[in-house]
Amino acid sequence: MYVAVKGGEKAIDKAHEWLEDERRGDVSVTELSVAQIREQLALAVNRVMAEGSLYDPDLAALAIKQARGDLIEAIFLIRAYRTTLPRFGYSQPVDTGAMACDRRISATFKDVPGGQVLGPTFDYTHRLLDFALEAEGLERPEPPAEAAEHPVMPRVTEFLNREGLIQDEVPPAPEADQPGDLTREPLELPAERPLRLQALTRGDEGFVLSMAYSTQRGYAKNHPFVGELRIGTVPVEAEIPELGFAIEVGEITLTECETVNQFLGSKTEPPQFTRGYGLVFGQTERKAISMALVDRALRWKELGEDDKGAPAQDEEFVLYHSDNIQATGFLEHIKLPHYVDFQSELELVRKIRREADAAQQGARREAAE
Amino acid sequence: MSVEQIAGEYNFAYLDEQTKRMIRRALLKALAIPGYQVPFASREMPMPYGWGTGGVQISAAIMVPEDRFKVIDQGADDTTNAVSIRRFFEKVAQVETTEKTAEATVIQTRHRIPERDLTEGQVLVYQVPIPEPLRFLEPSEVETRKMHALEEYGLMHVKLYEDIARHGEIATAYAYPVKVEGRYVMDPSPIPKFDNPKLEMAGIQLFGAGREQRIYALPPYCEVVSLDFEDYPFTRMRAEHCCDLCGAEDSYLDEVITDDAGGRMFVCSDTDFCGERRAAGHLGPLGVAESAA
Repeated sequence: MYVAVKGGEKAIDKAHEWLEDERRGDVSVTELSVAQIREQLALAVNRVMAEGSLYDPDLAALAIKQARGDLIEAIFLIRAYRTTLPRFGYSQPVDTGAMACDRRISATFKDVPGGQVLGPTFDYTHRLLDFALEAEGLERPEPPAEAAEHPVMPRVTEFLNREGLIQDEVPPAPEADQPGDLTREPLELPAERPLRLQALTRGDEGFVLSMAYSTQRGYAKNHPFVGELRIGTVPVEAEIPELGFAIEVGEITLTECETVNQFLGSKTEPPQFTRGYGLVFGQTERKAISMALVDRALRWKELGEDDKGAPAQDEEFVLYHSDNIQATGFLEHIKLPHYVDFQSELELVRKIRREADAAQQGARREAAE
Repeated sequence: MSVEQIAGEYNFAYLDEQTKRMIRRALLKALAIPGYQVPFASREMPMPYGWGTGGVQISAAIMVPEDRFKVIDQGADDTTNAVSIRRFFEKVAQVETTEKTAEATVIQTRHRIPERDLTEGQVLVYQVPIPEPLRFLEPSEVETRKMHALEEYGLMHVKLYEDIARHGEIATAYAYPVKVEGRYVMDPSPIPKFDNPKLEMAGIQLFGAGREQRIYALPPYCEVVSLDFEDYPFTRMRAEHCCDLCGAEDSYLDEVITDDAGGRMFVCSDTDFCGERRAAGHLGPLGVAESAA
């Protein structure tokens, strides 16, 4: 006797219990603390903050723990949490020119005022597994010598700008419309550059990386140099309506990348260098550089370049597919039940096959006659 | 986390009032222009895109504490995702829930319209994956919005015609496109085309696509015509069986594989409909009376 499948509730509860058990793993191994994740898996935390669009290292670390290290799942937790937060207002633009830099390099000049500062980078490490790390309780690494004061680091691209060699970035007039907010209004195309940059900075690192890489390999090639890459902290200020002036509300770490790109000129523009821009929460260098390349590729219309039909030039393609929470949701939803639709297809295919069979038999009979 | 804790931490029905207002505005616009896709600033919900975030946001925006809420997925109240969404609203809105179509004030659905006719005052909320009926013919949103604005639906008719030329009939079994009030071509969400005639109903129908940030609607008694040709009129389609449990001859059926030797049975996809029939004494070939089950 057939009994209709019941028990969805019970199955869900049991699955969640099992998941919780798996998350903890072998209980004879010490539990990972949120603080450990925040401090020792900081780059994962940074990615979760950047793509989750919420700057909170503790919450990001908690999300990573809860998500068992699945970063997209952790980003999703942060995004869902972010939805519930009230929006008090918008901060003043942060001044990345005055950033207290831990790292600042330029690939276009051998030396620049403020100097080349490598900072904590993997760049020149040899990628050899360090088996010494397997042992725990190692001696603490020497802390870096505390810089007395962060030197002033003027923007590298401004040196070029002084000669008019690079396209000028005109800041919007103070009375101009505020830039749109991707998280508060539906995306409508064509999107202004601020909206594109918002989408890229929270876009999936892998997607943005691959889009950027495709431009390097020739799909809308735009010959980028890293004019400057800087990582450091900036204060965040917000104007409090009751006070009538801006006060500092916190400090965040940012990675900023400005690329310098060749530009041969167009009918209306003389040859000069152009720019791509990347700005991402935390130390997230790969993402910031990728973002700058894709930003530059998306600017083809504004600069009077040709549409080469490359994916990275296609604003609709890039913006609609960069968000990993949208992508993973829609991709994974196909594992939900679809048996009503499938039944419908099944009946249709059966019917068409019956008709085709009948037609074939009819034709055979005719041929035999 | 206990239910009380969660309910205390979030606003009634999860979304904040500003967001609800934004969604209600989109809903009013959608009802005023039946079949037109209204962009809305969809929020990230605590369930993934593709799990019904559009429907959940609409339900949250229209829900009041007095509502009786029903959730179905594939016609059934006990499918895992229906259970999950029902529990979500039990937690964050503490509304009464029901499995009875007749008793519900708001019904959220995925892929089905209940067999029982809805009455005036009932609201049916659909979860929509791809709101754009022209999407599989034209991938660009910029282009398809233009096509709707210009009422340029030739491409769709060519597609339906090509189906007939190739297969002898229109080879769309679900998400079968409709024209609303003689103006907008609309995707009724992936309901089987068997359900299409029921789109003209007394209830209010609201469609939410969270990931695609679109809301559209059908006000009560709105004219909804399934696209077809004079010589190839639209036909409904269901498995040619009766329900093995309740004996219904006119309901949409799920095919259930019962063994690995080709054994199968057919049962109503609408579990409330099937249960009610059995309770009323109807019995299919393999059914047992409800009291004995």
